[in-house]
Amino acid sequence: MGRDLPVIKVDTVTELEHAVVEGVDISGHWNRMFSDRSTTDFPTEAMDWVTGLAGGESMRDCYQCGKCVPVCPVQHVGDYGPRKLNAKILRGNNLIDDPDLWLCTTCGNCYRVCPKEVNPLKIMPAIREQAVLEGKVPDELSDAFRNLQKSGNPMGESPRKRIDWIAEAGVDVPIISQLDRAVDVLWYVSDYTSYHPRGKDAARAMARVMTALGVDFAILGPEERSDGDSARLAGESGLFELLAEQNIKAFEKYEFKRLVVMDPHAYNAFKNHYPRLGWQGEVLHYTQFLAPLVDRLTFRSSVDLDVTYHDPCYLGRNNGEYDAPRKLLQAIPGIRLAEMPHTKANGYCCGGGGGGMWLDGFVAEHVSERLSERRVREAVATVGMDGSGVLSVACPYEPSRFEDAVKSTGNDGKLAVRDIIELIDQAMQPPAT
Amino acid sequence: MDYVVLLKQVPDLAEDLEIDSAGTGLDREWMSFVASEWDEYALEEALHLRDATGGTVTCLALGVQAGDVDELLATCLARGADRVVRVGSFEQSPDSHSAAGAFAAALDGIPHDLILTGVQAIDDLDGQVGPLLATRRDLPHVSVVTHIAVAADGKTATAHQEYAGGVVGEFELDLPAVLGVQTSREAPRYAPVSRVRQLMKTATIEKADGGGGGSGSGLTIEAMAVPESGATAEMITGNPVAIADRIAAILAERGIGAGAPR
Amino acid sequence: MSADVMVLVEHRDGAILDTTFELLGKAKSLAAESKGEAVAVLLGSGVAGLAGSLGAAARVIVIDDPAFEAFSPSAYQAALVPVVRDREPTLVLVANSGAGMDVAAGLSAALELPLAAYATEVTMDGGSPRVTCQLYAGKIQATVRFERGRGIATVVAGSFPAEAGAGAGSPMVEAVAATASDGRVRFKRLHRPEAGDVDITRESVLVSVGRGIGDQDNLELIEALAKALGGAVSSSRPIADAGWLPRTRQVGKSGLKVKPKVYLALGISGAPEHLEGMRGAELIIAVNSDARAPIFSVAHYGAVADLLDVVPALTARLGG
Repeated sequence: MGRDLPVIKVDTVTELEHAVVEGVDISGHWNRMFSDRSTTDFPTEAMDWVTGLAGGESMRDCYQCGKCVPVCPVQHVGDYGPRKLNAKILRGNNLIDDPDLWLCTTCGNCYRVCPKEVNPLKIMPAIREQAVLEGKVPDELSDAFRNLQKSGNPMGESPRKRIDWIAEAGVDVPIISQLDRAVDVLWYVSDYTSYHPRGKDAARAMARVMTALGVDFAILGPEERSDGDSARLAGESGLFELLAEQNIKAFEKYEFKRLVVMDPHAYNAFKNHYPRLGWQGEVLHYTQFLAPLVDRLTFRSSVDLDVTYHDPCYLGRNNGEYDAPRKLLQAIPGIRLAEMPHTKANGYCCGGGGGGMWLDGFVAEHVSERLSERRVREAVATVGMDGSGVLSVACPYEPSRFEDAVKSTGNDGKLAVRDIIELIDQAMQPPAT
Repeated sequence: MDYVVLLKQVPDLAEDLEIDSAGTGLDREWMSFVASEWDEYALEEALHLRDATGGTVTCLALGVQAGDVDELLATCLARGADRVVRVGSFEQSPDSHSAAGAFAAALDGIPHDLILTGVQAIDDLDGQVGPLLATRRDLPHVSVVTHIAVAADGKTATAHQEYAGGVVGEFELDLPAVLGVQTSREAPRYAPVSRVRQLMKTATIEKADGGGGGSGSGLTIEAMAVPESGATAEMITGNPVAIADRIAAILAERGIGAGAPR
Repeated sequence: MSADVMVLVEHRDGAILDTTFELLGKAKSLAAESKGEAVAVLLGSGVAGLAGSLGAAARVIVIDDPAFEAFSPSAYQAALVPVVRDREPTLVLVANSGAGMDVAAGLSAALELPLAAYATEVTMDGGSPRVTCQLYAGKIQATVRFERGRGIATVVAGSFPAEAGAGAGSPMVEAVAATASDGRVRFKRLHRPEAGDVDITRESVLVSVGRGIGDQDNLELIEALAKALGGAVSSSRPIADAGWLPRTRQVGKSGLKVKPKVYLALGISGAPEHLEGMRGAELIIAVNSDARAPIFSVAHYGAVADLLDVVPALTARLGG
């Protein structure tokens, strides 16, 4: 799997070994350029192995400039760093048995600044896949894999219970298999939105907002499976393919114009990775779907809150959508939007991506604090000083992560965590009396 | 050493079980199947033992149409089994006596020094397959086993049987023998889906005749029911704080915790 | 075929186990209905003296032989096969213990007698037994009969009161010589657990956790609650298996049997093996996110909620 690497020719030496110019001996000594350098003293097997993996190629291109150091969120809380991965591999450590292998959240911020385009979004899954094949998977991650395989969601819940949230939505949520007709929007609800108590709040809000807008929508219901993107990034490509096949089979059974998703990871999977598995279609994150309809939203209450917004890595940095969520937030009456220092392309990762959602205990042993805790401190500093601050999010991984972090950092009561759709839904309700 | 592991699939309890219209069986419409938890411990132990003593691990699984026994067997191979065999052909999960009969027949053609299976399964109404099979094949057996070691000469094994209160009995058994495994030294290893899927396409899954099927369990099921949950319990509702307040009040009535009469 | 109800006696360290008394009490009342005798079968070496404590039985069959110095599945099975075959009891009751499981299933296969496992109730109906069994981790119960009216039942510990079977008396003692033995399974020794820091069988308040706790770190919350209540932390099997708490804190079939004043079951689904160990508690309060968890069928109070939400609130309410 080698690539055409640039070769530095060192066999033609054009300097003289001894030079005497006008009687003065100006002979130097051999420059280190032309002798064995320290880096070549190391065994090359590990680097050859990593760069021989499909996806691992760019690891060789790192020249240790260190641009990635200040932008890596994990580097802020521990010994880990993207540049250090390269150094470890140069020293013969292929990472298979190194905890560092599981610390990267594939947030993509190092790749954004890397002059050599060294890409951990491809490197980490490639090495992790080898670890998975060798059975070297942290237990909590393998539990999530097992659940995904067995039930199509990381919690191991029954596929039938995927629609339990509907009961309290207050509006009709049609299931496409029962409609027997084409729809405009197939709404992919996703795992945490379907099963997690806080995710369900967002699902119900979304159902109400779409109903108010008169959107012709339906959901897959029990046929829906996890998009599989986080399993893919955590190294279980076979599991990703299995889940993708199940979803694609369901997509192909029904007629719909576009797919609207709650989860940026699902957005990333459907848009960037399902095409090579045979499914192609229009995919919109729900903020992208709603932003053009913002003038049609009828707000009945003012939401008097200081709000900041956390860019999800897989909506913002890795897929370039920064405006739609902000457009929605700015449309909500009463909201005062303030940006955190780490924002947009430099947004700070919540720690849940790339399998991090299922590695909380493992990661905690190798970092000084959770990424979500660091992010919450930043949010509190931005909007949380007087108790009316809201950290708004647009990814179903985040409410539970950030709400836990609000508690664990002792900021209970200072900061609330709300999905944007919950804020929209709140403003569309009549004012509380 | 030839290790043999006996496995079967059982309904996944993540789905709420419902009773069929006859009232004597489970409603199968939404049922999904998983490997029986204790059988997975048995396989994990067998793999460790083989790695220590050398030899082979052969997995036998009941060929039941519901569920996916071939995937189960491919998973066994992905975890490190050497050989897999689908035993018999059943429309639905057979009772334990019939399962033991089918495994007993299949073992005629399969070398076995130590047979490991789960100590129990969630559906073994008519008893545990391990001792039923052992008796049919006239092999010694021990159930509820938490530790296994095979002697250097390969003629005997040591097994720990667990009793209440953490008391453990240590036994020496002549091989061949059957052990009902309660737990494994390590959690069952993860079988990567990509490897399982590849093995589903390429691996050889042998088939063994399950014999005549035997006489069944000898039980007549008169009725099955979902026990009424909370039939005796007073259910506390409300948000977590309301629940906590109510529990604190119940405890206080009994003189426990703050707020209790002193 | 006789109308007798036979009980296999289990004993350790020279004392009859409680589970045997539970079975004997039941056997006595069943035998009265079937118009037969409650027959206890006692195997061991130098155990004849124990027969006197089996007063609930009408008859005790004693097989006293050095071969039965200690329990061995193969030896017990070999000796019991002819006894059960010749006496033809209508019902054989065996505790659903490690030893009982081996012997009962072995007898079932050897004698082609049906076996009803995980029994929690046995009645007589027209002279033949009807057995209620727990299935699917306690989520289903099945009522079964033996096709030919006779069979074996392995009974979950704690299903019947031990008091009814514990009376002293003078049953007819019948010494029987072992006609067969099987030395292929040899007892070597007994391992006893090291004493733990806390004896959960003596605590009056137990805060018990199961799988629902999710993460080892969350144990701190449980410890805090136990402290606020003046009790101790105990657990179900998965927590001990994971090494998050010592074995000595485990409640259930393979752990300890507890009878505290208050048992708080947090995130414990209530598999039959766990219920065996705690159903005798005076007050059981269960919190579990699954409304259909079997724990709610033995609890006095239940709440369907995430323990991680309820526990901090409760600790705070208790001033912890």
